[in-house]
Amino acid sequence: MRKYYDEITRIAGNVVTVRAEGVSYDELAVITTDRGPSLAQVIRLEADQVSLQIFAGTSGVSTGDKVRFLGRPMQVPFSDDLLGRVFDGSGRPRDGKPEVEADNVDIGSPAVNPIRRRMPDHMIETRIPMIDIFNSLVESQKLPIFSVAGEPYNEVLARVGLQADADVIILGGMGLRHDDYLKFRNRFEEGGMLGRTIMFVHTAADPTVETLMVPDLCLAVGEQYALAGKRVLVLLTDMTAFADALKEIAITMEQIPSNRGYPGDLYTQMARRYEKAVDFDEAGSMTVLACVTMPGDDVTHPVPDNTGYITEGQLYLRNGRIEPFGSLSRLKQQVNGDTRDDHRAIMNACIRLYADCTESREKRDMGFEMSAWDNKLLAYGEMFEDRILDLNVNIPLFDALDRCWDILAACFEPQETGIRRNIIDKHWPKDIGSQGPDNQEQETSETETQTAHAE
Amino acid sequence: MTGKIVACFGNMVIAEIDGRVVQNAVGTCHRQDGAELLSEVIRVRGKLADLQVFEETRGLKVGDKVTFRDEMLSVTLGPGLLGQIYDGLQNPLPELADAVGYFLEPGHYIHGLNTEAKWAFTPTAETGATVRAGDVLGFVPEGMFTHQIMVPFAWRGEYKVASVAKAGEYTVADTIATLTDADGNEHPVTMQQDWPVKREMSAFKRRLMPSDPLVTRVRIIDTMFPVVRGGTYCIPGPFGAGKTVLQQITSRHAEIDVVVLTACGERAGEVVETIREFPELTDPRTGKSLMERTIIVCNTSAMPVAARDASVYTGVTLAEYYRQMGLDVLLLADSTSRWAQAMREISGRLEEIPGEEAYPAYLESRIADFYERAGAVELNDGRTASVTVGGTVSPAGGNFEEPVTQGTLKVVGAFHGLSRERSDARRYPAIDPLDSWSQYTGIIDAKKAGRVRALLRRGNEVRQMMTVVGEEGTPIDDFTAMLKAEFVDSVYLQQNAFDPVDAATPRERQEFVFGKVLDVVDLDFGFENKDDARKVMFRATDLFRNWNYAPWLPEGTNEHETEEETTTPNGQAQPQEPGADQGDQKQGEGENEGGKDQTRSEEEIVEGRSEEFKRILGEIEAFIAAKGRTGAQESDESKQAEPQEATAAE
Ligand SMILES: Nc1ncnc2c1ncn2[C@@H]1O[C@H](COP(=O)(O)OP(=O)(O)OP(=O)(O)O)[C@@H](O)[C@H]1O
Ligand SMILES: [Mg+2]
Repeated sequence: MRKYYDEITRIAGNVVTVRAEGVSYDELAVITTDRGPSLAQVIRLEADQVSLQIFAGTSGVSTGDKVRFLGRPMQVPFSDDLLGRVFDGSGRPRDGKPEVEADNVDIGSPAVNPIRRRMPDHMIETRIPMIDIFNSLVESQKLPIFSVAGEPYNEVLARVGLQADADVIILGGMGLRHDDYLKFRNRFEEGGMLGRTIMFVHTAADPTVETLMVPDLCLAVGEQYALAGKRVLVLLTDMTAFADALKEIAITMEQIPSNRGYPGDLYTQMARRYEKAVDFDEAGSMTVLACVTMPGDDVTHPVPDNTGYITEGQLYLRNGRIEPFGSLSRLKQQVNGDTRDDHRAIMNACIRLYADCTESREKRDMGFEMSAWDNKLLAYGEMFEDRILDLNVNIPLFDALDRCWDILAACFEPQETGIRRNIIDKHWPKDIGSQGPDNQEQETSETETQTAHAE
Repeated sequence: MTGKIVACFGNMVIAEIDGRVVQNAVGTCHRQDGAELLSEVIRVRGKLADLQVFEETRGLKVGDKVTFRDEMLSVTLGPGLLGQIYDGLQNPLPELADAVGYFLEPGHYIHGLNTEAKWAFTPTAETGATVRAGDVLGFVPEGMFTHQIMVPFAWRGEYKVASVAKAGEYTVADTIATLTDADGNEHPVTMQQDWPVKREMSAFKRRLMPSDPLVTRVRIIDTMFPVVRGGTYCIPGPFGAGKTVLQQITSRHAEIDVVVLTACGERAGEVVETIREFPELTDPRTGKSLMERTIIVCNTSAMPVAARDASVYTGVTLAEYYRQMGLDVLLLADSTSRWAQAMREISGRLEEIPGEEAYPAYLESRIADFYERAGAVELNDGRTASVTVGGTVSPAGGNFEEPVTQGTLKVVGAFHGLSRERSDARRYPAIDPLDSWSQYTGIIDAKKAGRVRALLRRGNEVRQMMTVVGEEGTPIDDFTAMLKAEFVDSVYLQQNAFDPVDAATPRERQEFVFGKVLDVVDLDFGFENKDDARKVMFRATDLFRNWNYAPWLPEGTNEHETEEETTTPNGQAQPQEPGADQGDQKQGEGENEGGKDQTRSEEEIVEGRSEEFKRILGEIEAFIAAKGRTGAQESDESKQAEPQEATAAE
């Protein structure tokens, strides 16, 4: 039988120090207070002083409360009974149903040996041209959506989640609003995905420490499914809440902050989570999409900045659309060479021209005379925004590529596009100008119904 | 020596010891389930030794035993390092995968060299000869190289060769020679030796001034901001600007003998790419698999932090070892910022007084010491060899005014600063041509490169001015200069890393193309209006861009088979049998030294080119001859230009 320890010597922030022996680093404990039991994790050993991070926070903890050590690190049960269920940041059911009885797996497993990783090579088609053409999403990618409060980032997350055709979807909510949680639930239900979905949800009302556990719980379960050969999609929202919890705890631990109050190991802490995205050799895969809200819409803020250094690209969601500049999928070149021979050429040319258009717009806005070239660029910009950039556009990749050719042909001479000759010769539309905005209207209305569902 | 754990937090353990302990010595923490976790002594205070543990410390308890060794963290050197994929502590990852499975479970270590493989040893030392550290006793073939077996570098003073094994097959653990020291004691020598990673290997005669250009085949580097063999350079840049891609293409195409890739605290996926692709790729210069000249050391961001520190030193030590072999080695480290962050984390745990952004005060000197390990040297037997070090830097917020970037800029010889502006505009490689610099001389005449730099600066000024006065307020000369700058940027500075041809531009091609680019820049087009100017320069851009995609060599020929690459400085064919010559085994280094009398005439150069290259050259020459006029008007017809026209235009 395990012993109880009740000699609490220090209570500060979320951390309690207790005198105890034979405790191992990173071990899990249960502290029982007036408010009931809470999980706690060993974060420091010093002689017989054991510091514990209390998941439920230390408010109400008394010096006489009892601590029991569990002799194991934090774990999560793993079985198919998890499907369709909802848990909190301590892994307890939050859907009113009973605990899942199954074998437990440790969270925070060691890194995967790179030798046992595959090269990602399977494109996930999202029917969002800004993703499919310009920033192709690839199975096992870790990709954040950089955004600010008020933008429909959770909708985009859900839309990609539904489109991705994954075997299992795991949603990790950190500081999630309850109605956002319900929205996810509804989308998955409508998409017929609920039975393949597992949710770990921490809401803003829950204790801070539990925020930290959410990614680990999601990724531990996802990893098991991936090892079992499944294609797993993990959606994490909002990782900024995770980073802020790290910051809060570091400050109460009196760590020297490195940048705007965030601890020096912010990069490492986040990388260890994101790097769980994997395509196992001879097993399944885990793709990680995360929302990162940028405080002050500032990408140099430590959270988006460190995220960008970790993930395999990023999508900027601003003014309701995915920004063509700055958004980037690092894995796109693994897949866009095998889609269609004009994919890369279109990707490069359209963005370059759109960048030029932005310059012309600036000139125009300053009241300068527009050259013939400027006017071409301006016309192109409008068309590109309406028919490609708009998030309501919902078409397959090849249709989107064809549409880009039509736009280019309607606006430019072939050599002005900078696309190399053999590609032009093959794909340049022969009957310029006749492609209409007509077929566009159909699709827009079709997507409108789709997005209407989202609300 | 043993001790007991008295504290544990993060990757740091404090042990109480009763006896002698060596700073930076290796300690082993014995977890109660039997796992042994390696660590390094990083501070000693009285009876307390602070250890940074190279593994996750989960499961350690107060009271657990720690044992100490006398030696510092070391790697094993010997034949069989090339082609290996190691973690930061030199554990071969493929063997670990076989032994442990998908995950890097803590506490598993595997010897860095295969101890069963046999190597064909040929002795070269004479019995009775006097030798010292670094002198060659014999050699074994290792892939395409002659791997010299040397007197261990740590041995001091002079020795007499008592015996040398005869030619035959030996493992790295077999004795291949016995040496006698001044006191008459005998010392066996095997093909493997250990070397502490944090100590510079200096078994050579002297350091040389590095001056031999290292051709990376990235045009903007070789032409504008060159790197030399034995030099140092850094690539700072915001996330996603292209640091890793730049290092990847350099590791593939650089004209160098051995490449050591150190993935330090970055993505595992990027390492996987290299691991999976390199064995399939042939090195165009040798016709062999790229893996044969590559060593990968990886400690990715999810692996334990303290081992990041070890990984950069492991990488540079392996590089130094192959330099001792008379080879030119390139060490690429991605990213040195992660290494600096590992120092910051441990410094924080030691509660040292923090400097700027909480980095330790010794950050700069550690960075300087690391880059100091690069260098061109003259070995004991007079051969020259080099280690070149290129590191990426990942500055917070992409702002170069931060400790790691600043500390690095103070010590490197070239700075390839990537800019967010250029990468957003997909102008790859996103090296900023206005900010970057190099203190080295490259393959292109510095004056000519300087002219281009001036043009780029002028183009930039005009562009800025235009935002104020508008296009109509810009004089046509300025406008033309801006277009010319844009032309040079698009067709020369930018390079498509994912195009099989454009990804790498060999030296001779760079010189040739750069000449033509300058011809266009020097043209007095006499434009009358801006739309015309734009049209003509578009045409030039289109021509040159297509030219960049045109193969250099005719179809069916290989670079390593063409005569220009396999000549030595003396113009003799290189000995092909491995080990036939103890002398210079470097690949294709003759190009520079033979430079002057070797320069071939333009006809000679053009003759050996692909049809497509010649055809577009014809169009370009026609364009230049007509100052762009005909080209602008008959762009369609000129597509069909015959190669003969090229000579006619001349
Ligand atoms: N030379 C290039 N040609 C074409 N695309 C490039 C080039 N360099 C970079 N890219 C694009 O930019 C992406 C990011 O590049 P890379 O991974 O090298 O960035 P990085 O600077 O190493 O970023 P981080 O600091 O986050 O590691 C690549 O995946 C690729 O899509
Ligand atoms: Mg990188």
